[in-house]
Amino acid sequence: MSEIASVTALNGARYDGIVEVAEMPLQGMITLRGKLGAAPVKNAAIGIGGVDMPDDGMISVQGDRAIAWMSPDELLIFCAYDEVGVALTAMERTLDGSFAMAVDVSDARAMFRLEGAAVRDVLAKLTPADMSVQGCPPGRMRRTRLAQVAAAIWLTGETTAHIVCFRSVAPYVFGLLSTAAQPGSDVGYY
Amino acid sequence: MLILTCPYCGVAADETELTPGGEAHLTREAPGSDDAAFEAYLFQRENPKGVHFERWRHSYGCGKWFHAARCTQTLQVYGTYPAQTSAPPQAICDKISGARPGWSWRLFG
Ligand SMILES: [Zn+2]
Repeated sequence: MSEIASVTALNGARYDGIVEVAEMPLQGMITLRGKLGAAPVKNAAIGIGGVDMPDDGMISVQGDRAIAWMSPDELLIFCAYDEVGVALTAMERTLDGSFAMAVDVSDARAMFRLEGAAVRDVLAKLTPADMSVQGCPPGRMRRTRLAQVAAAIWLTGETTAHIVCFRSVAPYVFGLLSTAAQPGSDVGYY
Repeated sequence: MLILTCPYCGVAADETELTPGGEAHLTREAPGSDDAAFEAYLFQRENPKGVHFERWRHSYGCGKWFHAARCTQTLQVYGTYPAQTSAPPQAICDKISGARPGWSWRLFG
């Protein structure tokens, strides 16, 4: 359509503190709503996500592809940013008129990664969610709030956390994460 | 601080992740109802020191409405249950009876 290249909200902003905060590159994200037990919905999700269906409340990740359970009737599917158009066409074909909806939300979101031993502490400063190993084990998709805005958080290991928020609040969330990661602000709780 | 477990997604959500939706199990008086019933629907609410039933929405999460049974005096949470019901489940009523024998709330108890 246009020659204008897409950019992320913060041009890949970074902050180095007690953890490393990094805005992630453009990421394809598709919201799929429908009856998650229905075969066409499952097949549409798996066909693009390239991973098994996650258990309730979890996220299945493989490289830059993933399927996240967002609610009893909603999945968030991650794929390459420039594959979303093709993916949506394929999903529509698989859904074949079932009562379900797949929508490209890639440009409505921003994504961050936290790297470091203090990721649980840094997040716990900003969210009321239980960030202990039991409360938020790796692979758990926890929708919550970071200070005053909605966010979804998941860990892919004990030192790596990922955050998705609305693009419109990306500078706010980056500010929050950077402040919570300031040198000298170690809590050492988790 | 109040922590309620969303019956849809199983998340133990803090009060600040939820939106309060007021009293549970109201009957919406439709056109044709008499004035007294409509007034009661609009304005009359329980204000108990003890067992109470409320609606909450998991707004910073799955987005679903659900019900909660709790004690306004001790802040004990008896349980949460889905929105698609007009009465609390028996298991929750039994739990309340264990903690507060002889309780009653509107038509229940
Ligand atoms: Zn929920």
